Amino acid sequence: MKLMLKIWRQEGPGKKGALVAYPMDDVSPDMSFLELLDTLNEQLIGKGEVPVAFDHDCREGICGSCGFMISGEAHGPAKLTTTCQLFMRHFKDGDTIIAEPFRSRAFPIIKDLVVDRSSLDKIVQAGGFISARTGSSPDANAMLIPKNKADRAMDAAACIGCGACVAACPNGSAMLFTAAKISHLGLLPQGQPERHQRALRMVNKMDELGFGACSNHGECEAVCPKGITIDFIARMNRDYMRASTTETMEPVKRV
Amino acid sequence: MTRLISFLRTNVGSKVVLAATGAVLFLFLVGHMLGNLQIFEGPERLNVYAAFLKSTGELLWGARAMLLVAVTLHIATAVKVTLANWRARPVGYAYRKDIETDYAARTMIVTGPLVFLYVAYHLMMFTWLTTGPGYSETDVYTNVVSAFQVPVISIVYIVAMLILGTHLYHGIWSMLQTVGISNPRYRWLRRTVAPVVAIVIAAGYIAIPVAVLVGIVK
Amino acid sequence: MELNAKIPSGPLEKKWEKHQFDMKLVNPANKRKYKVIVVGSGLAGGAAAATLGQLGYEVNCFCYQDSARRAHSIAAQGGINAAKNYQNDNDSIFRLFYDTIKGGDFRSREANVYRLAEVSSAVIDQCVALGVPFGREYSGYLANRSFGGAQVSRTFYARGQTGQQLLLGAYSALSLQVALGQVKMFPRHEMLELVVTDGRARGIVVRNMVTGEVTSHTADAVVLATGGYGNTYYLSTNAKGCNATAIWRAHRKGALFANPCFTQIHPTCIPVAGEHQSKLTLMSESLRNDGRIWVPKKADDQRNPRDIPEGDRDYYLERKYPSYGNLAPRDISSRAAKQVCDEGRGVGPGGRGVYLDFVEAIGRLGESVIRERYGNLFEMYEQITGENPYKQPMRIYPAMHYVMGGLWVDYNLMSNVEGLYVIGEANFSDHGANRLGASALMQGLADGYFILPCTINDYLARISPANRLKTDDAAFKQAEQDVQQRTTRLLSAKGTRTVDSFHRELGDLMWNNCGMGRNEKGLKEALAKIPPLREEFWRNVRVPGSAGDFNQSLEKAGRVADFMELAELLVYDALQRDESCGAHFREEHQTPDGEAARDDERFSFVSAWEFKGVGQTPVLHKEPLVFESLHPTQRSYK
Repeated sequence: MKLMLKIWRQEGPGKKGALVAYPMDDVSPDMSFLELLDTLNEQLIGKGEVPVAFDHDCREGICGSCGFMISGEAHGPAKLTTTCQLFMRHFKDGDTIIAEPFRSRAFPIIKDLVVDRSSLDKIVQAGGFISARTGSSPDANAMLIPKNKADRAMDAAACIGCGACVAACPNGSAMLFTAAKISHLGLLPQGQPERHQRALRMVNKMDELGFGACSNHGECEAVCPKGITIDFIARMNRDYMRASTTETMEPVKRV
Repeated sequence: MTRLISFLRTNVGSKVVLAATGAVLFLFLVGHMLGNLQIFEGPERLNVYAAFLKSTGELLWGARAMLLVAVTLHIATAVKVTLANWRARPVGYAYRKDIETDYAARTMIVTGPLVFLYVAYHLMMFTWLTTGPGYSETDVYTNVVSAFQVPVISIVYIVAMLILGTHLYHGIWSMLQTVGISNPRYRWLRRTVAPVVAIVIAAGYIAIPVAVLVGIVK
Repeated sequence: MELNAKIPSGPLEKKWEKHQFDMKLVNPANKRKYKVIVVGSGLAGGAAAATLGQLGYEVNCFCYQDSARRAHSIAAQGGINAAKNYQNDNDSIFRLFYDTIKGGDFRSREANVYRLAEVSSAVIDQCVALGVPFGREYSGYLANRSFGGAQVSRTFYARGQTGQQLLLGAYSALSLQVALGQVKMFPRHEMLELVVTDGRARGIVVRNMVTGEVTSHTADAVVLATGGYGNTYYLSTNAKGCNATAIWRAHRKGALFANPCFTQIHPTCIPVAGEHQSKLTLMSESLRNDGRIWVPKKADDQRNPRDIPEGDRDYYLERKYPSYGNLAPRDISSRAAKQVCDEGRGVGPGGRGVYLDFVEAIGRLGESVIRERYGNLFEMYEQITGENPYKQPMRIYPAMHYVMGGLWVDYNLMSNVEGLYVIGEANFSDHGANRLGASALMQGLADGYFILPCTINDYLARISPANRLKTDDAAFKQAEQDVQQRTTRLLSAKGTRTVDSFHRELGDLMWNNCGMGRNEKGLKEALAKIPPLREEFWRNVRVPGSAGDFNQSLEKAGRVADFMELAELLVYDALQRDESCGAHFREEHQTPDGEAARDDERFSFVSAWEFKGVGQTPVLHKEPLVFESLHPTQRSYK
């Protein structure tokens, strides 16, 4: 197939960027989108130009490294799919495809399609953990967890932290990401002791980092490659309300 | 108190305020609509009802104060959250596609102010009696009928109620979601209840000018 | 050089306990004075950094990904083994130990493997405590599944994303330490040099992958947890960024490289689709429980698979291994697939693929049962290939997956360079010549959570943090200069070929000559071809951009440069190991029915290679393997 790629090119943080058009011939439908970029980059290097920078690693849809906007949708038109698992057979001969970086105040652009998502790490550092010291744990079967609870926790834990939810949200909100982590740990008995503090700290951190609020558009859920639902956002809100009535937020500290 | 303040400061807290004040306003809308619909029972019934409301004195002022607080908080929080949302994406996309969201959700920040403007106009006409064709302190029925017999007033009213319905359509479901009334099993219910309620309320209000215009109520 | 594995004396089951007691300890109040560098943030590195932080050490943790949560441990699907015996099916520490040693074809150290089996149980406890949502029974107890190479059900799993969940557990523990200020994370930083003086690891030199800045980091001990070198083969199931630079730089600075030729090939991966192929995707081995593997009997049979009658099909695994059939172990099924493709009977583009057919199972069990068992895998296959495996047989082919070899370490997981620890896939220690399924996660976490944080005390207690080098020491300045020189050399070659084209060529060469089947002729050919390729690389590579910014081509170039050197060592080792064992199959050494023929007389040792310079023949040191508790036997899966 023949395609027209329009890719956001930006030399570095704070530099001016623009969409640049690259006509691509001989695109195989069996190529992944990233392999198409590989091919383009080989051509660009051959011509002495600077290749397109984009984040990627496992290329199996699990590490969460890859991701950008493809024709207006985070990770592109296929549902439940990361960019690396998006194959060109989803496009038609002659299509024009626009590739833009995820845009959010909390995701500053590093170069081209690469953004800095370390704000997501900071949300987890605020409280997305169970403070269990190595070696202190009882036998794994000492704690019974109903299967449906464990399954539900796993649904939330499946988040790969790619940031597509933030990118797709009209408000640049990180609620789906944060809700998934709060719910994963909050659904499990191990997560109960720190449940309230976790909700308080992570919700506050989100705002501090400049993420927007949730207006219940549902765009995040629509683009989530792991099918995480906004029911978890409702759950997080519930947790946060309860936490606010019972506890005051404390900083993370050592015992 | 510090807990309350820090709660209100976050986006989630703000959204809860929006939902809670929205719920108050929603309850008012339901009550107001039921009151107004008494117009179909004849002039006496509606005028007695209006007189009853006025006779409650402090209670009425209490309710009005509550509504005023709710409206103020609703608007102030909406502005705060919207500004935060705009700040969260300083550089927009060259091209972005909406997948799940709908017209109602995207226009909350537009339908809200429009409804507010209309409410002001509406108060001027029917409460303060500073505009509109009817000027009787006691004969509410006639005030309404004579106002809605003016087609422009009716059309403006109908359009305003459609806008209100749109606001409610997203608002009701959003309110439930924000305060965490959510269960995957009953998800379909929330998604169906919201439009039905929004339509019922808008239709309830719109029924009055339509009835006046076609002459059912005169 | 004398290789001392420092294996504690005493009976096997008492060694670890005794050793823990014998080790010197650092006073808790003094721990904060010591600084440890951890390179890599996967299961081993993440767990180690978190635990060292908990203990009170100052930790700096480096990873090339943009977040510690993205290390390639995340891609492990199947599960993690532990000798819990929750299923009451005769499992025990000894059985896990035995299965691992036997699975590794008696090429690993008894004491290390026993200790691994011993701590496996605590690993599961720790993961549960951290909130890993393992699969559960309706009773609320943990569920288990069985896995290749074992007759017991000892594998714990979290859907098909066990690696992800375990990593997120370690990552959350690490995040807490970061929040406490105990661990400092350096994401998007790549280690490019190890600094060694007086035989001791002193620190590392890294490049900030965003700004290009090259900086030195000094510490009292350096822990490498940087994974394997499977990407030497270009196409593998590893992540694109997986590289051997950290361990190779350490090797060049004196750390011995052990058993590099022990590389595992996974039999069920999605075949190469075309020239553009950038990596290979693994499909869980569990598919072989219900799928039947076949190829056409005739070479170059271009018919649609559904039009090939039963009589024209060759179910070669069922034919050759009647009792194990399609469930023959990884190495055996991989080699069999290669063989039929070499005969021209392969299917799909390029003739490199075999059918994995579910039509019989669908007929027997119904499509809904198959959908329930493998639905997500079928979807993944369809997503990648565009073919519907319910209607058409899948095409699969073996791919490079995991490396058992790595830097040589003693019982303490310390390399022969003092203060340089190597954990997880990066070391060679536990899997011998072949790793069993669900054991990599176990080893990574055992090393990171329990073994290294214990053994490192003994070293730190013997040194003083006052003697830590400063970053302005000549040794660091020299190392920084070396890094910069290398970078300049790569950028200034300004040749005509891209980094990827060299990597691809190296990968093809390695896959063809030192892949599933190896022989003297092929290996010698590879030894003859690698040096000129390497030489051409340095002369003719084209790396665009500059050193001072975000430059992915430069990153790749540095890694490929190291693969070019490592590949040669890998082939040297394969040539030297003139026997077949586990995943290392020398075609000259097979039993009459085509099985690996081990030679315990001559090769019951660990090959530990010493670097002598690029293009120089490396020097082989041998660590004999002593079996006190087990007697090496011939593996049989007939």
